[in-house]
Amino acid sequence: MSTADSARQLWEADATKILVVLAAIYATYLLSGLVLGYSLRGQLNSIASLTFYIGVFATLALALNLHWGYTGLFNIGVVGFMAVGIYVMAFVSKPLYGSGGAAQVGGLGLPIPVGILAGMVAAALLGFVVALPALRLRADYLAIVTIAMSEIVRFTFLSSTFQQFQVPHTLAGDWTRVGFGGGSGLILDFPDPLLALIDVLGLSTVYDGLVGLVGTVVPNNPDPIVHSLVYGLVLLGVVAGYFWLLKRTGESPFGRVLKAIREDEDVARALGKNTGRFKITSFMLGCALMGLVGILWLMGQGAVTPNFFRPRLTFFVWIALIIGGAGSNTGSVAGGAIFAAVLYQGPLYFQNLVTSVFQPGDAPGSFGPAVAPLIANFDPVPFLLYTLDSVRQLQLVVMGVVLIWLMHNRPEGMLGHRKETAAAIPLVGRSEQGERTDADAVGTDPTPAGDASGGERDE
Amino acid sequence: MGFTESFTGPWRLTADRVLAAVFVAVGLLFLVDLFWGLLISGSISFSRLGSLAWDGLMRGLVIGLAGIGLSMTYSILNFANFSHGDYITSGAFAGWATTYLLAGLGRADVGSLLLVGAGGSVLGGALDIGVTTTPVAVVAGIVVAGVATVLLALGLDRVVYEPIRSESGITLLITSIGVAFALRYLIQFVFGSDVRGTTAAGSIPQLQLYFVDGVVRIDAHDVTLLAVTVGLMLGVHVLLQTTKLGKAMRAMSDDEDLARITGIPTERVVRATWIIGGGLTGISGYVFVLWKGTLGFNDGWLLLLLIFAAVILGGIGSIYGAIAGGLIIGVTASVSVLWIPSAFSRAAAFVVMIVILLVRPQGLFSGRSTA
Repeated sequence: MSTADSARQLWEADATKILVVLAAIYATYLLSGLVLGYSLRGQLNSIASLTFYIGVFATLALALNLHWGYTGLFNIGVVGFMAVGIYVMAFVSKPLYGSGGAAQVGGLGLPIPVGILAGMVAAALLGFVVALPALRLRADYLAIVTIAMSEIVRFTFLSSTFQQFQVPHTLAGDWTRVGFGGGSGLILDFPDPLLALIDVLGLSTVYDGLVGLVGTVVPNNPDPIVHSLVYGLVLLGVVAGYFWLLKRTGESPFGRVLKAIREDEDVARALGKNTGRFKITSFMLGCALMGLVGILWLMGQGAVTPNFFRPRLTFFVWIALIIGGAGSNTGSVAGGAIFAAVLYQGPLYFQNLVTSVFQPGDAPGSFGPAVAPLIANFDPVPFLLYTLDSVRQLQLVVMGVVLIWLMHNRPEGMLGHRKETAAAIPLVGRSEQGERTDADAVGTDPTPAGDASGGERDE
Repeated sequence: MGFTESFTGPWRLTADRVLAAVFVAVGLLFLVDLFWGLLISGSISFSRLGSLAWDGLMRGLVIGLAGIGLSMTYSILNFANFSHGDYITSGAFAGWATTYLLAGLGRADVGSLLLVGAGGSVLGGALDIGVTTTPVAVVAGIVVAGVATVLLALGLDRVVYEPIRSESGITLLITSIGVAFALRYLIQFVFGSDVRGTTAAGSIPQLQLYFVDGVVRIDAHDVTLLAVTVGLMLGVHVLLQTTKLGKAMRAMSDDEDLARITGIPTERVVRATWIIGGGLTGISGYVFVLWKGTLGFNDGWLLLLLIFAAVILGGIGSIYGAIAGGLIIGVTASVSVLWIPSAFSRAAAFVVMIVILLVRPQGLFSGRSTA
């Protein structure tokens, strides 16, 4: 397949779907904000944070799709790899201890790109360690091993043992104080990565111009708004990069073997594939990508605490992947976007809107005072206030119910499918090609490995 | 399951043996160090080891009792139930609401009591709750915890699991994660997120047993936990060994289709599984809270991974395996603080599980299952 062809196919099939989903999400957010008279600053902020979460959840869903959708590895330790990514990155890139600032511990003081690379490599290595036993385990055992691993990672960063320690940082044997900060967290006191990137690209003037432009409509301190908007855009760029990488991976001979493993490992092995090595490679690649998302998520937040990486974040990614449909990259991005917009940010946005528009009074502190007036004299106001105040908990209930509903009614998700073209050349005429989506199956496959991946999921 | 066969070449066999030998050697090293510390250097006192082991035994009994239910659903319904931990929490809250109500009736308003003192409206210590001070309330709490969890398990099975009974284990597993989310945060919504003290910590009768070089303290709640969990374990053992139900369960976990064509009413067996498993789970949640004296909406979830570790360790489907696995996990988590910082005690339990999975993936008790 030539690059031009593949590019056209991409555009026709996948990018349009994703763009439609994104456009619908943004339109809904902007319109509901406009209708309810949200301030421009509030609008821009909510758009920026929406973009941020779409970016991180879409990338995480893409990486998880490589594990589960392509290779059939049931990884519920996503947060563990994210945590290792950002912590190792911080370890490498934080400035040396004693160079000023409030940080209790320092780092190795290496440049940020080195840190990012180190973080990804560390996540991949952890993936290797986990994948070795995983190869010999059933899918549900792998699930429990990965989630246990993610908890071990969290305990490690949480423990006071590794809060601070000394490492040599020069060949001459000078020691410096480093560490992971323990439960109180780690201050990420390296220079702002986004501004550094812009600087390196020589776009500082463009960025400053943008700040000035936004300053004309939001006169009061436009800098953070522009910063978060631009960062969101960078993340969307990363989504595109992940998408391209995983699409190419999936279509490569390597990816075809992965799909064959997913469908029937014995068949893949009978065809002479060393399935163990393929699984490890795929797992490590996915883990490195998860580590990178961990870095991108927290790098600009100023600090990181171990309890950010609770298992429920892993399940968020799973919900995003299942909404979109495991096995489809397009679905992963769309699922990530919908999860971020509707289930993750949606309830909070709704809460913000209602609070800022209706200015309700203080909510009762607990369920008892909230429900008592409802029973005593049918006064639903305190209960509604309490419900509004508890949106953060209730949104998790909603996520649970959505997950159950999806597994009952649409386990394959929106775009999920396990049938896709395995051939490296287009199997249909140019005229038909426009109508084909990757959801269509191709009955005749020229390659044996493709044969195995052509079957439907029948676990 | 095809993964295992791919590595059963001769070299893998040797590698397995080497791996097992390494783990055994590490285990022996810990034992030698323990004896060295106890007998020669004196860095570990017998009473400290005794206290830790007792603590681990208590924990292990709770994990084992809750693990029986998980193990049964795992082998008969063929999925890892991630909502099991929240069944524990649900049972604990149902039981403790009852205990609060009975112990505090007339002393505080019914609403606060039923919400187990949400938002600090009633304190368990102020109600003087304990097995010796309010025995009726505690017994009623245990019964209600069991019954409520049975009802919850049956209800959720009807609504959530029955329609997708024939789906793969992974589908059911993902569904159970959804159930876990919904349950846990509904509990948080109703009962609040604060961890409350439930018992009158000061007024529990305590026994000081002299143990070589110091004392091991055992209180009335330890004894209650021991009696309730061991009693229930024996009860389940008798039930499954002597009744047709046990035989039917074994048949079903072996081969469901075969069980059905031999005339075993599989749906009824599934219901019995939820009833036994749910009841034991709810009660284990109640006695766990009674023993540790605090109750929070996260308790069951935090216990879940340890229970999984116990069940896998013992071998899925075996109730003896679940009990033995629970004890090993509980004691490991408690005693490990002799060597590693206490922040890693849960991690130590997970490591033991991973090691067992590597060396003996079928678990310690597989092939000797009762149900």
